[in-house]
Amino acid sequence: MGWRGGVAWSLAGLLVLAALPYLLSSYYLGLIVEMMIFALFAMSLDLLIGYTGMASLGHAAYFGVAAYATGLLALKLGWDVWLALPAGIIAAMLVATLFGLLALRTRGSYFLMITLALSQVVWGIAFGWRSLTGGDDGMPNIPRPNLSAHWSLTDDTGFYYFVLLLVAVGTLLLVRIVGSPFGYALRGIRESETRMAALGYNVQRYRLAAFVLAAIFAGLAGCLYVYYNRFVSPDYLQVVRSAEVLLMVILGGAGTLIGPALGAALIVLLENVISGYTERWLLVLGVIYILVALFAPRGIVGLINELRAKRDAP
Amino acid sequence: MIALAVNDLSRSFGGVRALSNISFEVEQGERRLIIGPNGAGKTTLFNMLSGAYPVSGGTVTLFGRDITDLPAYRRARMGLSRTFQITNLFPRLSILENVLLALQATDDNALSLFRRMRGNAALYRRADALLQEWNLTAIAGRAARQISYGEQRQVDLILAMALNPKVLLLDEPTAGLSAAEVVRVVAMIRSLSKEMTILMIEHDMDVAFTLADRICVLHQGRLIADGDAETVRRDPRVTEIYLGSDEPE
Repeated sequence: MGWRGGVAWSLAGLLVLAALPYLLSSYYLGLIVEMMIFALFAMSLDLLIGYTGMASLGHAAYFGVAAYATGLLALKLGWDVWLALPAGIIAAMLVATLFGLLALRTRGSYFLMITLALSQVVWGIAFGWRSLTGGDDGMPNIPRPNLSAHWSLTDDTGFYYFVLLLVAVGTLLLVRIVGSPFGYALRGIRESETRMAALGYNVQRYRLAAFVLAAIFAGLAGCLYVYYNRFVSPDYLQVVRSAEVLLMVILGGAGTLIGPALGAALIVLLENVISGYTERWLLVLGVIYILVALFAPRGIVGLINELRAKRDAP
Repeated sequence: MIALAVNDLSRSFGGVRALSNISFEVEQGERRLIIGPNGAGKTTLFNMLSGAYPVSGGTVTLFGRDITDLPAYRRARMGLSRTFQITNLFPRLSILENVLLALQATDDNALSLFRRMRGNAALYRRADALLQEWNLTAIAGRAARQISYGEQRQVDLILAMALNPKVLLLDEPTAGLSAAEVVRVVAMIRSLSKEMTILMIEHDMDVAFTLADRICVLHQGRLIADGDAETVRRDPRVTEIYLGSDEPE
């Protein structure tokens, strides 16, 4: 698919999404909002896994830190969206810079373990600092203020368009980043760090930049999610959340942006459907993971590409 | 002018001394061949010159500047480029993308976040020209892991040359190539600018002796001979240690 084809498809998709409030009930609209938020979250992680080759098992930390920061500022200080949301993203960025400087000294499974450990630190703070965060009860009743007299966020449709706008902007920025010279340098690092260094690339600086950028978009997703739920709890920061978003990336197909977005939509949908029947969502998640690892190690997008290649082969 | 100077360089891995007190100087524009049996420390020497490993002792100087403690990428930006003994490309990227990444490394305004790489027509023109120059246009779209070994060795060389280096380190560029490919790669190396200083590790003695201005012989981590082809050929220790006790051809 060429560049123009991509633009055409994206516009078509955007139009369909923009029309959904006229077609769906508020329950399904909420489901789409959740899918969009997690699509952004999964795409941000793929910047690390698929593009730079760094598998993080602590990506929920940045999602959660931004959610907590935004929630606290909105609830305790009454900041409106245009202040609390950027503040949340900046909080995620700062934490990612600090954690990045520590974690990026390692690679491979060590990187996985240290990102996991660091995210547990944040979880521990959210869980333990009861007077500020409410501990495991979380913080309910986070306000969803109006953007303007004409754009209400308490209204489901108004909120839907708010999320659609920000996720679309986030996606556009991610598309630009992965197609930029910087994005290609990240692919180079994924393929061979030693060659990149021999060519004159400051590999560590790129890895840190990728890490912080991924946290910024994860942070945006976290901010949107806290406004969506009007609630934040240590669940946002849990290792299960990190594992879930990792699975979204792997299920959809790492190394593309559309893959993780698809993976996120599927997982959110499944979680909603299955939770109607059973509480054992984690078990289902585990089974999905095993099935993907066995039958589609490169995810849905990888599977589609393989089938296409087979069809096109003489 | 001295392009590269190595002074009293040593490297140990645990208790094993891989290089002991190596000192030599390479003039600008010189073709310096590094030969020696397996395990002599040739690649270790290159890894320290390029900054892939830290040294255990001694110094490395590039055009009079001490680079001993500089990281690899800084040395590359100062004009020191290398190839790898074990082919080191970007396997899942196309040959064109491999070359683009190499060219982009020295392109000042190319490292932006939001510019489209595909929008940089000048970069693409340079990549196309480079591939055309080395007759690799036909495989430009193939992934690096899908092309033949001989082609991979050539691309490895092209990536190193794309930086337009002042000093080029070639680690066995002809290893594992067919006779025809060796001829091609040797022609590639011969065609490089005479301004460029080249250090090259080589196992093939014919290749080594035809390309070399001077030859360094390493054995068990020590520099046992350093001189022009004739001197090295006649050195009794080289004959003994490197070529066995028989007379050289």
